[in-house]
Formats: sequence, C-alpha cells, structure tokens
Amino acid sequence: MPKDHGIGAPQKRREDVRFLTGTGKYTDDINVYGQTYCVFVRSDVAHGRIISIDTAEAEAMPGVVRIFTGKDFEDVGGVPCGWLVTDRNGEPMKEPRHPVLAQGKVRHVGDPYAAVVADTLQEARDAAEAIVADIEELDAAVNMKAALEPGAPRVHDDLSDNLCYDWLFGSDQDAIDKAFSEAAHVTTLELVNNRLVANPMEPRVALGEYARANDESTLYTTSQNPHVIRLLMGAFVLGIPEHKLRVVAPDVGGGFGTKIFHYAEEAFVTFASRKINRPVKWTSTRSEAFMSDAHGRDHVSKIELALDGDNNFIGLRTDTYANMGAYLSTFASCTPTWLHGTLMAGNYKTPAVQVNVKAVFTNTVPVDAYRGAGRPEATYQLERVVDKAARELGVDPIALRRQNFITEFPYATPVAVEYDTGDYGATMDKLEEMIDRPGFAARREESKARGMLRGLGVNCYIEACGIAPSNLVGQLGARAGLYDAATVRVNATGSISVMVGAHSHGQGHETAFPQVVAEMLGIDESMIDIVHGDTSRIPFGMGTYGSRSLAVCGSAMVRATEKIINKAKKIAGHLLEASDADIELKDGQFTVAGTDKSVAWGDVTLAAYVPHNYPLEDIEPGLEETAFYDPSNFTYPSGAYACEVELDPETGRVTIERFAAADDFGNVINPMIVTGQVHGGIAQGVGQALMESCIYDEDGQLISASYMDYAMPRAEDMPFFQVDHSCVTPCTHNPLGVKGCGEAGAIGSPPAVVNAVLDALNSGGHSVDHIDMPVSPHRVWQAMQG
Amino acid sequence: MYSFDIETPKTVADAVAALGKEEAQPLGGGQTLIPSLKARLAMPSVLVSLAQIDEIKGITEDAGVLTIGGGTTHGEVARGAASYPALAALAGNIGDPAVRNRGTIGGSIANNDPAACYPAAALASRATIVTNTREIAIDDYFQGMFTTALEETEIVTAVKLPIPEKAAYMKFEQPASRFALVGVFVAKYADGVRVAVTGASEEGVFRWADAEAALSGDFSASALDGLSVPADGMITDLHGSGAYRAHLVAVLAKRAVAAAA
Repeated sequence: MPKDHGIGAPQKRREDVRFLTGTGKYTDDINVYGQTYCVFVRSDVAHGRIISIDTAEAEAMPGVVRIFTGKDFEDVGGVPCGWLVTDRNGEPMKEPRHPVLAQGKVRHVGDPYAAVVADTLQEARDAAEAIVADIEELDAAVNMKAALEPGAPRVHDDLSDNLCYDWLFGSDQDAIDKAFSEAAHVTTLELVNNRLVANPMEPRVALGEYARANDESTLYTTSQNPHVIRLLMGAFVLGIPEHKLRVVAPDVGGGFGTKIFHYAEEAFVTFASRKINRPVKWTSTRSEAFMSDAHGRDHVSKIELALDGDNNFIGLRTDTYANMGAYLSTFASCTPTWLHGTLMAGNYKTPAVQVNVKAVFTNTVPVDAYRGAGRPEATYQLERVVDKAARELGVDPIALRRQNFITEFPYATPVAVEYDTGDYGATMDKLEEMIDRPGFAARREESKARGMLRGLGVNCYIEACGIAPSNLVGQLGARAGLYDAATVRVNATGSISVMVGAHSHGQGHETAFPQVVAEMLGIDESMIDIVHGDTSRIPFGMGTYGSRSLAVCGSAMVRATEKIINKAKKIAGHLLEASDADIELKDGQFTVAGTDKSVAWGDVTLAAYVPHNYPLEDIEPGLEETAFYDPSNFTYPSGAYACEVELDPETGRVTIERFAAADDFGNVINPMIVTGQVHGGIAQGVGQALMESCIYDEDGQLISASYMDYAMPRAEDMPFFQVDHSCVTPCTHNPLGVKGCGEAGAIGSPPAVVNAVLDALNSGGHSVDHIDMPVSPHRVWQAMQG
Repeated sequence: MYSFDIETPKTVADAVAALGKEEAQPLGGGQTLIPSLKARLAMPSVLVSLAQIDEIKGITEDAGVLTIGGGTTHGEVARGAASYPALAALAGNIGDPAVRNRGTIGGSIANNDPAACYPAAALASRATIVTNTREIAIDDYFQGMFTTALEETEIVTAVKLPIPEKAAYMKFEQPASRFALVGVFVAKYADGVRVAVTGASEEGVFRWADAEAALSGDFSASALDGLSVPADGMITDLHGSGAYRAHLVAVLAKRAVAAAA
C-alpha cells in the first residue's frame, strides 16, 4: 500500500485547486492604481540601420503619456549575459551591448526600437502605429555557416565578425587522433537540432511600479527566478540597489526555460515607471512572444563515433554551430558549452571525447535554454550516431549500448564531470520489460497487413541537474553562485511557512516540498505552506531551472528543518527536564528516550514564542531557521526510452503507438508529480521530434510566427505513456538522494522517436540513414522519394 | 483591435440594411474575422453580426435535398445532418469544439479559405448557395482563394445540398493549423460522381475532372490507379511542396472512394 503522507506519497497537487478553478493570480491579473499600458514598436526587418524615429505625431495623440526610444537608455546598462565562456584561444567570448531599446541598428525581427506608454492599451497601440521610423534595411546574417564567411553581414558593427566564441573541450588532440586512427569503424552523422519556440501557455508580462516617496521600485514579472532578475536588472541595467527593488513572480503559467532570462521589457517597465512616476504594464501578445521570447536549441552538428573491432566505443568528436541570435541572452553562452559538451560522453565509457562549439551571432531572436538546455542537443547527437553505428555494423542497437555502458561509479568522464551513481543496465532491463520487445515482430506484421510500416527506436540518456558547485562554476565563467536557500518559519501554534528560493510554475513545489518537511517532523502536510516568488518574502535563492529545485533548494530546506529540529529538541528537553540528547522526535511528539514522558510539537512551538517556561539564558526565543545549500556536484538522472511508431508510406504521416520511459531519478518525493513531469517532458520532446519548427527565411523574416504555421503538439498526438521510475540509485551527495526529473522527458525522447522512424523506413525497404527533425509527413515522404 | 460599432439585427432585411453603412462588414461565427481584428488586419467601422438571425439557422430536408441555414454552426451540422453522414463527419472535424460552436457554414462558404473543408463539400455536392437576393449554382460560386460570386451586401442565407448516394471526405491535416493540407470530397450521384479538392491549389477549391470521369464509370478506388493531378499550380509552403500536395490528392481521393463505397 503506498504511503499517503510524507516522502513517497502520491499526493494530489494542492495548487491545482486554484489553477483548475480559475483563481490563480498571474502577473496580468495584477493591476495597480494609476497604471499605464506599454506597447513596443518592433522591427519588421531582420537587420536595419535606424536613420530616424519620428514620434511627434504619436506624442500628440490621446492618452499618450510618454514615448521612449533607444536614446532614453544611453545612460543605463545593457541587458547582461550571465556566463562568460572562454574561447579555445583563451580569449573571452565577444559580448556585444544589448540595449533595452535598439540603438543605431535593429538586429532581428521583433527587436524593439520604441515604446509608447499611454493611459489605455488601445491608445498605446494607436500611437505606436503613428510612429514613423526610417530604417534602412541591411543584408541579414541568418544561416550560421554563411554568417561566419568572410564578408558576411555583421550583426554587431563593433565586432570583427559574427563568431561569439570557438570553444574546444574534452580529451586532448592526441588522444582523439589516436582513437580515430586506430578505429575499425567510424560512423559519421550530420544533423540539425531544430529551433523551437517555448510557447508557455501564459505569455510574458511585466508591470513596473515606483513609490517615489521612498524611492522603491517593484517589478511584477513572469519569471522562474525573481532574485536573479532583481540582481541582473538592479545591478547591471538600472543601478537600483537590492533594498530599493522588489521583484515578484506570482503564479507563472509555464516557463520551460524561456522565463529564466532577464528581458529588456522588464527593465523597460521598471525604468519607465520611475520616469513617469506611474505604474507601467506590458502584456505580450502571442505574436510578440514568437519574436521576443528567447528561442531554444538551433544547433547544426557533425558527430563522429569511432569503434574498435569489437564494437567498443573508443572515440567521439563533435563539431557544433550554436545559434546565439542577435544578442546574448542570460544563459545563451553556457547552454551549448557547459550544459552540452559536459554531457557528450552520455552513458558510455568512451575514453576519448572532444567537443567543439562555434557560437554564432545571427539576425534572429536570441536563443537560450529551453527544457533540457544543451543536454537534449548532446543526447540527440549521441543517441542518433550510436543507432546509426548499430545499423551500419548490423548489430542490435540495445546490445551495442549495453556493451558500452559505464558500469562502475563514481565515473569521471573525459568531459570533466564525475557521475556519482547510476545503473544504466537496470533502466534498460526495465525498459525491455515495459516494451514487450519479443512481441514487436508480430505488431510489425499486423501493421504491414494494413499497409503501414512499424518501427521501434530506443535510446539512453544521462543528464546533469542542479548545476554546481559555485566555486567550480565560477571558474567556468558563471557570474553568479548556484546555491539555493530556504527559511523554515515555525509559528506559535506549530504551523509552518517555508520560504524558498525555488519558484514553482508547474513543478508542484507547493505539494512536494511540504511532504519533505512533514516527513522530517512527523506532522501533517496541511500544517505547512510554501512561500515563493517574492524577493521581499524569500531568502536569496536562484530560482527554478535545470531540474534543480528539489536537489538544491530542497536540500537547503532539509538543512533548515534540521536546525529547527535541533532547537526544538533543546526546548523539549527543557520542558521535559531531560537532556536534549535524549529527546526523540517521532510523529510530532518529543519523547525522552526510553520513557513515556513526552510533549507535543505544538507545545514546543508555543513555548518558543511564549517563553514563560523557557531556557532564555541558553537559547533565543522563536523558531525560525535559514539554510543555504551549495551542492558539491551535479546530480545525474539517467534512463532508457523507447518509442514505437507507425508510418503511413502513402502520406508519410508518423503516429506514435507506444512510448516507454524508464528513468532513474534517485529517490522520489511525490511519484504522481514525477510521472506528470515526465509526461510533459515527453510531450515536448515528441513535439520537437515530429512537429515543432521555428523557421526563418533567407532575409531573416520569421515564417513560423503563429500557430497557423508553428505546429504545437496536442493531446491527440500523444499515446498513453508508460512511465517507470522504480530504478533508483540515490544521489550520493545531497541529503534527500534526489536527482531531478523536470527535463528528462524532453531530453530522452527525441532520439527514440527519430530512431523509430528510421527503423520503420528501413524495414519498409527505404534505405534512409538520416532524417532531420521535425519528422513531418512531408519530410518523410521526401525521404521515401530518395 | 480597432474600435468599431456592432449591430445585431434579428432579420436578414435588417442585416442587409446595416451592411449598407460605410465600411460595414458582416460577422458570421467570427472564427476568421475576429483573429484578423485582434491582429489589426481589418478595420471595419461597423460589424454586422448575423448570429441573432433565427431565419438563417437550422437544417431541413426535402425531396433528398438538405438545406442548411447560413447561420448554422459546424457543431449543429455535425449533430443534425444525420441524413448526410459524410457532411456531418466533415463538420465534426473542423477545428476544435470552440470553433465548431461558433463557426458557421455560411461564414465558411463566404470566406472561401483555400484550406477550408466546407467548400469541398459544397462543390462535390452540387450545392446551391442561397443569398438574400438570389440562388447561385456552386460551379459559378467559387472564384479563386478568398473570392466568391457574392456581392458586397449579399448574405449567404442557406446552402442547399442534394444528398448523394455515397460520399466521403478525407482530410490530411496541416500539422500546425489543422486546416486541410489537402482535403478531398467524393460524392456519387445516380448520374455521376463529383470530386472536389481543397487545401491544395493556388486557385482554391477545384474539381478533379479526370477522377470524376473515371469514377463515374467505375466507383472504386482502383479506378483512380495511375491518375494524378499536376504539381503545377499546387501550393508550396512550410508544410508541403506542390508535388507532395499533388501526391496527396491522389492518395486521399482513393481513400475517400474506399470509405464511401
């Protein structure tokens, strides 16, 4: 019988009551007295020189409060990048200025060059249309490889070219050369990791409010990490000290990475509200989201796998072009390097691995982390080339993987990370059990009888969550620490508020985090609430991204709760006239070991706040503790995924018939929430594999700029997923033994889908060894035409 | 959206009068027009909503002819056109429930989106378009994408569809919009077969004459073996080339015949 309380209980998400009854409070639900509305005027060309911007007519229009252009931002900072990557030559990456509103040039479709603030949204839109801008259109750099050619249009005139950095990492050249020169077989694959638009259900919103009397600014914003926004915007852009700047991220309707970053619109509304001394609100339209939210992925890679005569992997090298877009978004530089190159060994004991990444500026929307961030790109390359090698060598793709699995831990990879624990054979065993592999041949025959081709694709993945420790990432170029923090505030009656640095925007923290504290204290979860999303209420934590919340912030919460327990035992010892070393806490009762003398949790918490009978000379009243936790390593979730597709050879349409995921997430706090996270991740991975694609034409126009052309997956496109997370190798270095589950589905699923499609095609006599994502019906049909 | 006035006439006569105002535009179910307004791609001064005109709603059948009021929603057709199952099925697969509960057959026929489903049904079903002023034979009605024989103040009050002996519609969805990348409607009557294709051509919905001739002699999928439409003039976009669309026309026509036979 499953537990119904504490760690491991599949409790229903308490936050869903408000989300499902329409009582969530999102940023756009916040309206303040005197509020104005802001509309950005955005470039409709990919690259252009701003000759003039005439705002005279617009300024005279009804309701217009003020119109801003890039000139207004000459004295403030640019939007910063959070990670300095060092080039293979030891040079720092090129870091062009990213003004809040464009100055001199516009650099992508959607780049804002003016903004209207007016009494109503309608008036702001009307005035925005009356602004007359003379923008001389320039040739655009769109294709990454072309953008690096001599004479290509330069996105930034003050840079010598469009290369942000050329990064080389992993085994030394001699080791790589030796592996490839001794190889019995080399498999090579060139592929594209398609550019995606995150499309959270809630578009971005920012509301800036200024209290002139005490010189305080508040920014309400759709963010995954309000403290990070306060730090970046306050310190680097607007020069507002922390104690005069509050950032609130209330309910947020999905982030997927794209709401990590500090955006120009946030800085704008904060700045403008101070200039006009009125609140300024901006709500993104869906069309704006397509051209201003940071996009994801967009890598072009060549990967080569060297095998010896016994099919052991002996060398791996990859060369990737990574699109940065027109400006460096907050984590744009680190995603294709430290979150991608470090995972390139995958689940395999390949002794020599080398990764090269060329990051390229183009006249497109900035590209940054999107669910998985670098790890899906690494997994996709690796698991596609391994499958291709199996096909070329005529060996079973699962057997080839098993043969090369890392089996001993800890394991130091050639790409700098040390996997603390894992059992890749166990998740593959579980996967094979789930997918009824022996029955596949019969299913294929059944499909064939209906004129359909059936394919089975598998892959493994490893990912790294909870990026840390801070001193190491600092050496690697991170411009912030990567710890997190939690404050456990026990109230007089024993109820608890836990203030956390992590932010919940779909992850279910409000349910899962109390389960941990409840388990530790032996009290009911209903006595515990989580507080998040407001810098004035929570300790300085780094927010939620990279599947870090439980592993990092949860660990801080455990440490703070341990401090609470220690202090509570001292109080209980005083009340029970016993030594605190003899006090045991169980089921919310403090008992003197070996006796029936006890006091309840509520008696102790009341004593802490009404300290009439209390050891005031030894301990302070009150019961509130804070802990900061800086992990000693990443965590390394891993797993094995399988996809079974049916392919209609007449139309090219692919449908997913079965999908199985066997994951090792370490210990699991709430298995129902974990299952939901995996479902969502797979849906996004399948979306990338089959449907989603952000397309620019050669002039830099965004072609897939709405849901008429950008294909979002829907429920009917998904099968019922088989999800298992019973294979558990607990993380060895955090107190909960947890690893993180938020991104796994998106990392692990695309190669399984594409491998399955290729299996189906080849089984039908179509010799196709590569097809790029998204594997649309048209692409499949074209591949079948040869 | 720009601001506009809205009129909600209760009769066709009042609607026609309202449409006489300067820069007035009729509003059916709004499934195309409202998104255009929100994107500020249209700026009518007056919107004349047809949603409250009861006389253009409902489905009746007389002597083998189904008459569907122009203001009848897709959802109502899906539920109420039981005597013409292929048409009911088509209506039940347009968009999603929200679209089907607002969008109307009259609006769809008047808009003539080149990827819409209803134009294929109307063209294959030898429909007659009834307006406030006249009746228009379907072969005279569609005049290229987003273009029809309708005059400025003309309202589609009903669509008359002779019920065929056999019929089926096959839609291959464009992955993003879920409109028809290609849709083929096949209808068999006692005196011949009609095959109408939507989604594929740069000229909008069209009849595939070769297929009609072949099927009129032998209403079986194999009768279409070897037949194809030329890729020239087919739409090429992000979701498929003209050659792919031409290929799908033949595939879907066969499937429609197989489903109808």
